[in-house]
Amino acid sequence: MVDVDAATGRRHRLTLRPHHGADAATTITIAGDLDQHDLDRLEAILVDPLLETGSWNAVVGAEQLDIGLIPGVTDTAAAQVVHAADLLGISVADASVGRIIDIAGAPDDAEIRRRWANAVIERWSVGTAVEPGFASGVATSVLTEHVELPNDDAALTAIGKERGLALDLAELHVIREHFAGVGRNPTDAELETLAQTWSEHCAHKSFRADIVLADGSLAEPLLARLRRSTTEIAAPFVVSAFDGNAGIVQFGPARTYALKCETHNHPSAIEPFGGANTGVGGVIRDIIGAHHRAIACTDILCFGPADTPDDQLPDGVLHPRRIIEGVVAGVADYGNKIGLPTVAGGVLYDPAYVSNPLVFAGCIGVAPADRPALTGPHPGDRVVVFGGRTGRDGIRGATFSSMEMDATTGDVAGASVQIGDPIVEKLVSDLLGDAWDLYTAITDCGAGGLSSAIGELADGIGADVEMAKVPLKYAGLAPWEIWLSEAQERMVVAVAPHQFDALAEMAAMHGVEISDLGVFTGDQRLVVRFEGEPIIELDTAFLHDGRPRRRLQATMPQPTRDATVPTVDDHEATLLALLAHPNIASKAGIIRRYDHEILGATVIRPLTGVRNDAPADGVVLVDPNDTDGIAIGIGVNPWYGVNDPEHMAWAVVDEAIRNVVVTGADPSAIALMDNFSWGNPTRATTFGDLVAAVEGCVAAAHAYGAPFVSGKDSLNNEYLTGDGTRRAIPPTLVITAVAPIHDVALAVTPDLKRPGNPLVLLGRTLAEFGGSHTMMLTGDHAASGPAAPSPDPDAPARYRALHAAMQRGLVDTAHDCSEGGLGVALAEMCIGGRIGAAIQLAGVHVDPTVALFAESAARIVCEVPAESLDEFTALFGSDAGAVTVIGHVADSPELCFDGVFALHVDALVNAFNGARR
Amino acid sequence: MSRPTALIVRAPGTNRDGDAAFALDLVGAETKRVLISEVFADPKLLHEAQMLVIPGGFSFADALGAGRLFALELVTRLRDELTTFVEAGKPVIGICNGFQVLVRTGLLPGAGMTVALGENTNDSVPTGFVCDWVRLQPVSQKCIWTAPLVDDIECPIAHGEGRFICDPDTMATLVADDQIAFRYSTPNPNGSMADVAGICDASGLVLGLMPHPEDHVLPRQHPQYLRHHRGGLGRALFQAGVDHAKDV
Repeated sequence: MVDVDAATGRRHRLTLRPHHGADAATTITIAGDLDQHDLDRLEAILVDPLLETGSWNAVVGAEQLDIGLIPGVTDTAAAQVVHAADLLGISVADASVGRIIDIAGAPDDAEIRRRWANAVIERWSVGTAVEPGFASGVATSVLTEHVELPNDDAALTAIGKERGLALDLAELHVIREHFAGVGRNPTDAELETLAQTWSEHCAHKSFRADIVLADGSLAEPLLARLRRSTTEIAAPFVVSAFDGNAGIVQFGPARTYALKCETHNHPSAIEPFGGANTGVGGVIRDIIGAHHRAIACTDILCFGPADTPDDQLPDGVLHPRRIIEGVVAGVADYGNKIGLPTVAGGVLYDPAYVSNPLVFAGCIGVAPADRPALTGPHPGDRVVVFGGRTGRDGIRGATFSSMEMDATTGDVAGASVQIGDPIVEKLVSDLLGDAWDLYTAITDCGAGGLSSAIGELADGIGADVEMAKVPLKYAGLAPWEIWLSEAQERMVVAVAPHQFDALAEMAAMHGVEISDLGVFTGDQRLVVRFEGEPIIELDTAFLHDGRPRRRLQATMPQPTRDATVPTVDDHEATLLALLAHPNIASKAGIIRRYDHEILGATVIRPLTGVRNDAPADGVVLVDPNDTDGIAIGIGVNPWYGVNDPEHMAWAVVDEAIRNVVVTGADPSAIALMDNFSWGNPTRATTFGDLVAAVEGCVAAAHAYGAPFVSGKDSLNNEYLTGDGTRRAIPPTLVITAVAPIHDVALAVTPDLKRPGNPLVLLGRTLAEFGGSHTMMLTGDHAASGPAAPSPDPDAPARYRALHAAMQRGLVDTAHDCSEGGLGVALAEMCIGGRIGAAIQLAGVHVDPTVALFAESAARIVCEVPAESLDEFTALFGSDAGAVTVIGHVADSPELCFDGVFALHVDALVNAFNGARR
Repeated sequence: MSRPTALIVRAPGTNRDGDAAFALDLVGAETKRVLISEVFADPKLLHEAQMLVIPGGFSFADALGAGRLFALELVTRLRDELTTFVEAGKPVIGICNGFQVLVRTGLLPGAGMTVALGENTNDSVPTGFVCDWVRLQPVSQKCIWTAPLVDDIECPIAHGEGRFICDPDTMATLVADDQIAFRYSTPNPNGSMADVAGICDASGLVLGLMPHPEDHVLPRQHPQYLRHHRGGLGRALFQAGVDHAKDV
C-alpha cells in the first residue's frame, strides 16, 4: 500500500535486504508522484539482484525494529537517491534512508537504545514504519529576541544555565555591564556569540587563567608558559606556533608542514560515529584553513574495556563496545572517503574511560615553502562562505564541549552532534588547492560555526554580513541558529572584490556551493543581519578581549617516587600476559580498517615486519616524488600521570620523540603538539595536576630543543552519575612529534633482521614501575607510590648519537621500550622478524623483574651488525655507560632470556595477535 | 615516441586519481585528471585520449552501493562515447571503485553478462573495509593489460565491497573466454569467488580490478622495502596499458 501525505505527496518505501547477514535491511523512503514505471527504473539502480532483494512498501513485521534519522540529521544516502532519480528524469520531492533490524520478542526502549539505536540522531518504531526524516519535517525556530539580564545574581545565573551558556558569574557580569553601557539588552544571537567565543572550548580559559598557588603566589598562565618555551627554544624551523588553525614548520628548503591535533571527546561519547567522524573532518579543515594540503591523519582513542559488564555502566552511557565500533567506523569513514592515509595512532583501554571516551584526531599538511603568506582580510574584502549547507546540526557545540556530562546530556545536546560528509570536504579541499591565490584570508567553520570563523577573521577589522544569504539545508532556522550552526564542511574566506568571480567560477567547476555574505568593513564592529535587520552589533574588541581573565587555584601534586618492585613469580607468564593485554596486544583489527596506503607515501606503516603484523614505533611518510619526508610519533600514558603528572609529561614527550628518532628522523628538528584531556579545572588538585604536566612538557621541550607548535586542551571530562558519583578520567596527555627524514633509504624499522647481529640496549633501567602495565597485572600496589619513569638528562645526546649512527647506516633495527618494558620490546622485535633472540639480563639490572618489565624512559633496543659495533658505541662518547650489549639475534625462533625463561616466537605471536584488537 | 594521453576521470569522492596519475606518468603517459562534469561538457576530452582511467575512491560516497551513481552518470550521459572509445581499440582501466563503476555500467564483463562486487565477507560473515597487502597472479593472455606480465604483482587493497560474485554459468564463460585477469595468490581477502581479483571484457581492452597496483610502482612503497625486498612492482601493468595506447 502507498499512503498519501498532504505535505509530501505520495510516499514509496523500498526495503533492501542483503542476501547474507539478513537480520538487517536498509529502507529508502521517497516522496513524490511516481508511477510503477518510475519505481521499476529506480529499483534497477538501487537494487543489485546478485547482492540483495528489494521490495516496495513491505509491511514492517511485529518483530522488526524500524529506525530512521531525525529530520535535519545529515543523510548523504538520501541526497544521492534524489540525485539518481534526477538523472533518470524522475521527480522526487524528498528522500530519507533508514534501517530495519530483526529482533526477537518485544524489547523496551531502554534495550533498543542500549543495543541498536541512538536517540541523539535517530527515532524508531517496532512493528510499524517509522516516520521518515524528511527535511520538510524540521521544526521552525523563533526569530530574534532580546534578553534582559537581571541585576540579581541568582536570576542571572539561572538565565546562563537555562540557555546553556557555560559562562561563570564574573563573565555574565561583564556582559551585563557592557550592554548597560550600550544602553540596550543583548539579543539572543549576541549572547550565544559571546558564550561560544568565550567558551572553554574556543577561548581556553583555563589555559589562559592566572594560576594561584597554595601559598597565594601567582604563576604564569599555562598557555603563556608553553608559548614562552617555544620562543626560548628559538628553533629555526618554526614558521608559526600557537597561531591560527595549525602550527607550521619548515623542514628543508622546499616545504612547510602544518600540524594540528584536536579532541572530539564529548560528541563521541553521545554519538560515537558522528562524533569521531566530524572530529576527523574538523582537524582536516584546520589544515586546509592553514593554507596547506592535508597528507595524513592520526588518531588516538581511549575507551572503556570492551568487556565491561552492562550493570557497571552509569545511566545514559553507551557500552564501550558500541563506542569502540562507532568511533572506529567514524574515523575510518572520514579518512578513507576523503582519501587520506590514517597512519599513526594509539588505542588505550581503562575503566576510567567508560563514561568519558576520548578521541584525539590529528592531521598533517604540506605546502610549498615559497607560497606567499596570506595578508588579509583587508577592508573591502568580501566575506565568502563555501562548502556544505547550513542546518541546525551542531548548535552550541562549543559550550556543550565545555560542560560536564550526565545522563541527560545525550538528550539535551542532540543538536550538538553532526554527521560528516567527507565527499563535500574533498571537493572543498580540491577547490582550495586550485584557488590558493584567490583569497586573502581563510579559516574553517569549527566550533561556534560562522560566529567563530567570521568573528576571528573580523578581529581588529570588523565585518557586516547577511545571514539570509547563507545557503540552508532546510527552512525554519532562526537567524542565531544560522550564525552559530556547526554544520560541517564549510570554510570562510576573505576575497578581494575583483577576484570573487574567478573564485565563484572555479567553485562551480568543482561542484562547491559558494556565497557572498558581506564585507570586511574596517570599522572594528561585527554586524550580523537577517534580511537587513541587525541581530548582532558588537565591538570586535569586546568580543575577543572583553572576557575577564580567570583565576584558578592550583594544589600541586606531591608524588611519591619509590623504587617499588612488583612481585613477579612467573616471568614467562607475565610476558605473555603483557603481550595479550588490550593496551599492548595487536590493534590490527582497528588499523586495517583505515586506509594507510593511499597517496603512496607510507614507507613505515603502523604494522610492520615480515608478516606486516608487528607494531611500528613511528610512521614514515615520503611523497613518491621525493626522497625526504617526515616521521610521526605519538606519546601517551595516562597511568604514569595518576600519581606523577610532571614525570608523566616528560615521559610521554620522550616517548613521542623516541618514536620518531628510532625511524631515523632527525632529532635536531622535532616539532611537538600537545593535547591535554583533563577533568574539571576548578578543582584545585585537578588543575594542579595540569600545571605539573605543563611543567613536565616545558622541561622536556627544553631538554630536547623540541618546541611545541600547536596544542589543544579538552577539560571537564567528567561524568556525574545518577547517584551523584563523579567519574573523572586519568590525566591524559597526548604528544605528537613530527620530524624530518632526510633520506628514505636510511629509515629503520623495529623488526629483527639478521641472525648473529648484536642487540644493544640504549639507556638506563631503574626500578620504575609507577603506572606500569606489570603493576596493573599484578595488582601489587604498594602503600606509597612507586616511581613513574623519571627524566633522563642524557637522553637528548643519546638520540643525537643514535641518529649519527643511523645516518652512517650502522643500525639495522631500532625499537623503543615503552609499556611492558624491555621484555615486551624484544618480543615485538622477534614477532616482526619471526626470529628469536638470545638475551642476558644481568647487564640490564640485577633483578630480572626490573630488567624485563620496568618502564624507564629514554630506552631503545638496537640491532647493530657485529662489524659496526665499535664504531656505533664510540659515537655515544661520555654516555657510553648507557650502551649495553644485551645479546644477539638468534638463528632459532626462540626468545631466550638466559637463566630466566625462553619462549618460541609462535607463542609470542599468539599472545600478541590473539585478541586482534 | 609520443606520450599517449591517459584521461583520468573523477567523480565527487574519487580519491586515488593522484596515485594513478603518478603511476602512469612514470611509465610514459601524458596524464590528464578531469572531473566528470568537464567530460560531460566537453566529450572531446574523451575522444582525444588514448586511455581511460577510472580510479579508486568513494564516488558520491558510495551511498547507494559502490560505484552505482558514478556508473549511472556515465551511462546516462556518455554511453555512446564509451562504446566508441573501446571500439577504437583504446584501453580502459577501472581500479577499485573504478572496477565497481565499470561493472555497474555493463562494460564489464560485457556481452550482457552480470557480475557484482559485494560487501567483503569471510565464510559469509561481513568483514567490512580492509587495508592490507595482497599478491596478484596475472591470468588472462587476452587482456592487453595482463598478457605481457611475467611476475606476480604485490600491492595493497583498500576496500569494503570487493567480493566478486556471479552465477556459475557466467564464471564458466569468463574462464573459457580468458576474461579472468587476476587472481589473488595470497589468502583471498574479501570472499571473492574463485579468488578473482580482476576481470577484463571480451576484447581484452577493458580491465577492472579491486587492488591498487598504482600504489606499488616504487620499491620503497613495499612494506618490506627496508628489509631490502625488491620486485612485485605494479608499474609493469601500467606499462602494458601505455604500450598498447601508444599504438592506438
